[in-house]
Amino acid sequence: MTEAVRFQEVRKDYGELHALRGVDFAIEEGEFFGLLGPNGAGKSTLINIMAGLVRPTSGRILVMGYDVVRQYRHSRDALGVVPQELVYDPFFTVREMLRLQSGYFGRGPENEAWLGELLEVLDLSHKADDNLHDLSGGMKRRVLIAQALVHKPQVVVLDEPTAGVDVELRMALWHFTRRLHAAGHTIVLTTHYLEEAETLCDRIAILHHGDVRALDSKPALLARHPYRLLCLTLSDGEKPLPPALERLVTEREGASVTLRLHKLDDQIGAVLDALKQAGQSIVDLRTRDMGLEDVFLELTHEAAA
Amino acid sequence: MINWRGLYTVFRKEVMRFLKVTVQTVLTPVVTALLYLLVFAQVLEEHVQIYPGIPYTAFLIPGLTMMSVIQNAFANSSSSLIQSKMTGNLVFLLLSPVSPGEFMVAFVAAAVVRGLLVGAGVFLVAQFFITLPVSHVGWALLFAAMGSAFLGTLGVVAGVSSDKFEQLAAFQNFVVLPLSFLSGVFYSIHSLPSLWEQVSRFNPFFYMIDGFRYGILGVSDVSPWVSLAVGGTFVLVVMAICLVMLRTGYKLRQ
Repeated sequence: MTEAVRFQEVRKDYGELHALRGVDFAIEEGEFFGLLGPNGAGKSTLINIMAGLVRPTSGRILVMGYDVVRQYRHSRDALGVVPQELVYDPFFTVREMLRLQSGYFGRGPENEAWLGELLEVLDLSHKADDNLHDLSGGMKRRVLIAQALVHKPQVVVLDEPTAGVDVELRMALWHFTRRLHAAGHTIVLTTHYLEEAETLCDRIAILHHGDVRALDSKPALLARHPYRLLCLTLSDGEKPLPPALERLVTEREGASVTLRLHKLDDQIGAVLDALKQAGQSIVDLRTRDMGLEDVFLELTHEAAA
Repeated sequence: MINWRGLYTVFRKEVMRFLKVTVQTVLTPVVTALLYLLVFAQVLEEHVQIYPGIPYTAFLIPGLTMMSVIQNAFANSSSSLIQSKMTGNLVFLLLSPVSPGEFMVAFVAAAVVRGLLVGAGVFLVAQFFITLPVSHVGWALLFAAMGSAFLGTLGVVAGVSSDKFEQLAAFQNFVVLPLSFLSGVFYSIHSLPSLWEQVSRFNPFFYMIDGFRYGILGVSDVSPWVSLAVGGTFVLVVMAICLVMLRTGYKLRQ
C-alpha cells in the first residue's frame, strides 16, 4: 500500500513550548484516518504543517511522496484542506470563489463541469450566485468543503468539520465524507466528537501534548480497554455492597450503582450471585461496552498523571 | 515552472476586488485629487510659477496625478492583504501551489492597474482646468507604472508585516503620506533650502513624480534617466525584500 501522508520526526517549538515532539507515523492511501486529542494536543499544528501554513522546527512531512516544504507545488496539489474556522471572502459569490480557488491550482474553464458537480452534490447550486457574506454558517461550511475539493485532491483533511453544526448538517457531512472516501480519497479527520471518529474512521491516532499516545485500528484501540460497565438499580440503596464488589464500583448514587467489569476476569453472573447472597435484589440492569471516549480519556488521563 | 493560471487568477481576483467597490477605490481618490487641484490652483495660480512659461496648474497636475497613482497602488495591495489576514481568508491562497514570486507579481500587477486607473481618472478630469499636451507618452507611462509597482510592492511588504489595521494605518500615515507630500508634488525641490533639497534627493517618490512630470511637461528637476535609474533601483530593492519575506513565510507561514 502506498503512503498518502508520512510524518517523519516532526517537531515544532514555539519558544519553550513544544507543540510537537517528534511525531512519526504514516497514513496509508485510501484510509479514513482520525486524528484525536484534547485542545492543545498539537492536532492543528500538525495539520497546518502538512498544509504548508506552519514550518516545522525539524522533521518533515510527505504528502503523496512530496515534501510539503521543498516540493510544495506537488504536495499542495495532492492535498485539500477544509479549515476549522468559518472563513470566507465577503467580496465574492460562491461560484466566483470556487472559480478563483480552482484557478489558484492552475485549473481553468475545463474544470467548470467539476465545479458544477461540487455545487450540486453539496446542495449549493441554488446559492451559487449569492455573496458568501449572505450565507448561513452551514452553507459557508459546505462552501469550504467545495473549495478544498476544486482540484480533486487525493488527500482530504477535514479539521473539525462538524464543530458547531446542527445534527442534520452533521449527518449530511458524514454522508458526504463517506462518499469521498468511497471514491478513493484518503480522508484525515480531526475531531472533538469521539462518536464521529468511532463511526467514520478505520484507524485513529490519539495525540496528547505533542506526542502520539496511541495509533491503531479502531477495533484494536477499543480492545485496549477490555472493560464493560454494568449499571444496576438495586432494591435497597442503603445496604452496603459485598466487599468483593466494592472495588468494581465507579459510581453510586442511592440505589443506582455502576460497576466496571473486566471482560475476562469479572463475570456478570458471579456479580449477580454475590448481590443475591448479600440480600439485594435487582430492579433494573443494563450493560454498556466502553467506547473510544473511555480509551481517549484513559490515555490522556494517564499522560496527564 | 510558472503557475501562469494561478498567477493570473490571483491578479484577476485582486482587480475584481477593487472593481467591486469602484466608488471607494477609484472615484473617491479622483475627487480628492480634484479638490486639491481646485484649492491649490485657485489660490496659487497667480502667485507661483515653478518653471518659466508653465502655469502653476499645469505644474501641479502631473504631481497630483502621480501622488494619486502611488497612494492608491499602495492602498490596493496593503488593504487587501491586511483584510485577508484579519478575516482569515488569506488561507485559501496560502493553501494553494501559488509560489512567492507569483504571489508578489500578481498583487503588484493589480496595484499597478488600480494606480493607473486612478491616475488616468485624475489626469482626464484635470483637463477641464487646463489642457495639457503630453510631451513624452512613453516616459509618462513608464514612471506611472514604475511608481505604482514600487508602492504596490511596498504595500505587500506593509500588508504582510502588519498584524492590525492600526499598524498599517501608521505605515500609511507616517511613511507613505509624508514621503508623497514631500516629493515635489506642489513645488520644485530647487525652490527648497539647500539642506532640504539634498534630503529630498533621498526620497524615492521624488524621482517617480519628477520623471512623470518630465513625461507630461517635458521639464523636470533632474534628468529622467537619473530618475529611471534611482527609481528602478528602489523598485528592485523593495521587490527583493518582499520576495525574501514571502519565501521565508514571514508573518504568513509561522
